[in-house]
Amino acid sequence: MAIVLNTILIIVTALAIPGVINRTRALLAGRKGLPFTQHLRNVNVLLRKGAVYSTTTTALFRIAPAIYLGAAIVATLMIPVADLYPLISFEGDVICFAYTLALARMAIILAAMDTGSSFEGMGAAREALYGALIEPALMIGFATLALFCGYTSFADIFEHEQSFDLHLTIVMLLTAFLFVKITFVESGRVPVDDPRTHLELTMIHEVMCLDYSGIDMGMIHIAGWLKTACFSMIAANAVTATCCFHWWCAVPLAILLTGVSVGVVESTQARNKLVRNTTFIVTISALAALIFFIGYLLKLNINI
Amino acid sequence: MKYYITDNCATAVELKDIPEVEYAALYEDLKERLQEEHYHVAHYFARTEENRLKFYLILLDDKEQKIMISSFAMEYYDDIALPSLTALHPQMHPFEREITELYNVEFDSMPWNKPLRFPYNRRNRNSTMDNYPFYTIEGESLHEVNVGPIHAGIIEPGAFRFICNGENVLHLEIALGYQHRGVENEFCSTNNRLRQTLLAESIAGDSAVSHAVAFSYAMEKLTHRVDKNLDLERTVALELERMAMHIADTGALCTDVGYQLGQVACEALRTVTINTTQAWCGNRFGKGLIRPDGTNKPLTSEKIVMILSNVKDVRRRYNEVREDIKSSPTLLARFEQCGLVPKAEMARIGGVGMAARASGVKRDIRSSHPYGAYLDTKHESVVKRQGDVMARLMVRCKEVLQSADNIIRLLSAYTPAVEARPDYDSPLKAESLAVGLIEGWRGEICHVAITDKEGNIETYKVKDPSLHNWLGLAIAVRSEGISDFPINNKSFNLSYCGHDL
Repeated sequence: MAIVLNTILIIVTALAIPGVINRTRALLAGRKGLPFTQHLRNVNVLLRKGAVYSTTTTALFRIAPAIYLGAAIVATLMIPVADLYPLISFEGDVICFAYTLALARMAIILAAMDTGSSFEGMGAAREALYGALIEPALMIGFATLALFCGYTSFADIFEHEQSFDLHLTIVMLLTAFLFVKITFVESGRVPVDDPRTHLELTMIHEVMCLDYSGIDMGMIHIAGWLKTACFSMIAANAVTATCCFHWWCAVPLAILLTGVSVGVVESTQARNKLVRNTTFIVTISALAALIFFIGYLLKLNINI
Repeated sequence: MKYYITDNCATAVELKDIPEVEYAALYEDLKERLQEEHYHVAHYFARTEENRLKFYLILLDDKEQKIMISSFAMEYYDDIALPSLTALHPQMHPFEREITELYNVEFDSMPWNKPLRFPYNRRNRNSTMDNYPFYTIEGESLHEVNVGPIHAGIIEPGAFRFICNGENVLHLEIALGYQHRGVENEFCSTNNRLRQTLLAESIAGDSAVSHAVAFSYAMEKLTHRVDKNLDLERTVALELERMAMHIADTGALCTDVGYQLGQVACEALRTVTINTTQAWCGNRFGKGLIRPDGTNKPLTSEKIVMILSNVKDVRRRYNEVREDIKSSPTLLARFEQCGLVPKAEMARIGGVGMAARASGVKRDIRSSHPYGAYLDTKHESVVKRQGDVMARLMVRCKEVLQSADNIIRLLSAYTPAVEARPDYDSPLKAESLAVGLIEGWRGEICHVAITDKEGNIETYKVKDPSLHNWLGLAIAVRSEGISDFPINNKSFNLSYCGHDL
């Protein structure tokens, strides 16, 4: 029962976040804005369409969206919603989670190179660079979570962490902050990437999907939402572990944490200059290392 | 070296009064003069006159507020190569390229001998868009990125070929001509002046008022009519167009860096501005407003009140946006030190208008060659020295406020009077050359009309500021990241159809 509810809730989170982002942006712009469910309607249209393929592409290009979406689904199924239990859970699933998403990234990068377009090649290069740079942050973040309980599975980590000393609250909150930052990079939002731009030369994620249409495009959109939901849920779990570790607290928090923060940043900030993205992402890794050391020192002193 | 010297309010010049010199003399003279910043060429074109190819040169002296006209001729079938001025002064490149393209005149040691716009009446029919000779560099670490001619946004066609080293642009080449409609020849194919006015309005959609005003001034120099009220109304229309376009570009720059607040604020303000123009004349872009020798849409007291209140409102709200942009670190990080065009470079390539003023080259027809309402009050141009995207944005911001102040000042002291209806039939002075020279929002617009014995327009030449400034964009993105091309492009916001004609 807990597993079914867990799966349903994480999917609900994934579907709700883009709506909250759009509503926040509309509110801050003083516009009527898109309806809350507009992104679902768009994808509904896309999923019912066929796809058009460029003649220069090979089978690699056609299977990439399936791999991308498949990997995103598998990764999503590993994430617990606070006190509930995920469908897939085993010792070491944090590592599996990270590299399942890396597989998704690899598939889409190869597909972008497959088209032979100069834009998509540039986008692939950028995505590969940022993917490599964000990986240390992700790994150190997981290490911080695993540090206190000695478990390497999401379900076990959060279950044990909520029983810890209040002194670790600060570490958990910082970790949550870290994962919100990682969400910005992984889901390609301002200031790293701008999902709304029409300028191919400035795109990162979008430019890799330029040749996709119809059902493939729909699948890529859904995979993107799932990825965002995963990181958002990890952040929400870290926060709730310190105060109120229940699914009815974690789900709204996950939706609001990402939805509102992305909405606010996209309304009030400009994008980074592309060369500064590298600095931005490396800073996230530095932040992750710092949090890890704070956690480590606290653990030594408190002697849990 | 002899010139016919005139200014921007004198009537048309009779062709026989324009001195005809030897090319060598002209070459030597321009070689010297163009080294000084206050000289620049407004137009340089050729046309056939009885078996001869006659070249006209219109040189502007910004310091003395003079227009200098000269000419030379060669036999139509002469097969001699003229020494190229582009080799010395790159600002001559569009003119020499056009002459080569239309008349097969060769320029010796021309460094950039490429087709300009592939007109339908070009001499070399084998030269087509598909075989445009793009510049290439060999190298293992370089790659080429081609953007266009079909673009993702709703913009006009133009091909951009980047040579990049990783993310950095080494070289950008811009190939235009996809919008060529043969506008210049259309002017001569009809005697209906209303149709000619409509043509002028549609040279470039974003400068409908500017081109119509340039056309009207050229015509009025041939019919000798001057009307103070009409001048004032045209100035107000020009300044409204300038405000609307500068506000739109401010918003577009914000959009391109993903800054939503600036984008939505400017979109709203632009709508108010162009709706003001619509409430005045029925068209948001001011089509139908400017007519030679009169107007169909005279300003009434109610319209003046409406324009004044809208302009004051826009000025106040835009000033807030400007303050916001200037105080946003994320925006400054994008705009400052991006797309630098140094002053010397801008002067060399003959940049005009607001892009030139952002690089410290003070070229502004309103102050250097005053016309219409600018004759009575001295116009102080907005000049910045930095030459980056931020400078171009700040020139825009300042000019919006300045234009608003101009409109408020002019209209506050204006009493509406009964105005002449447009006159499409008054005869034009025969065998004369008239220059319509004005400052549009993008820069100097120069229309040249030459009439024949019957007073019909025989040759009509149009120059949009984009003709000069496209090269400025190519220079701005050198050694910039390729992902900063869009904001550089937007900071110049040049016209494709104004270039292609």
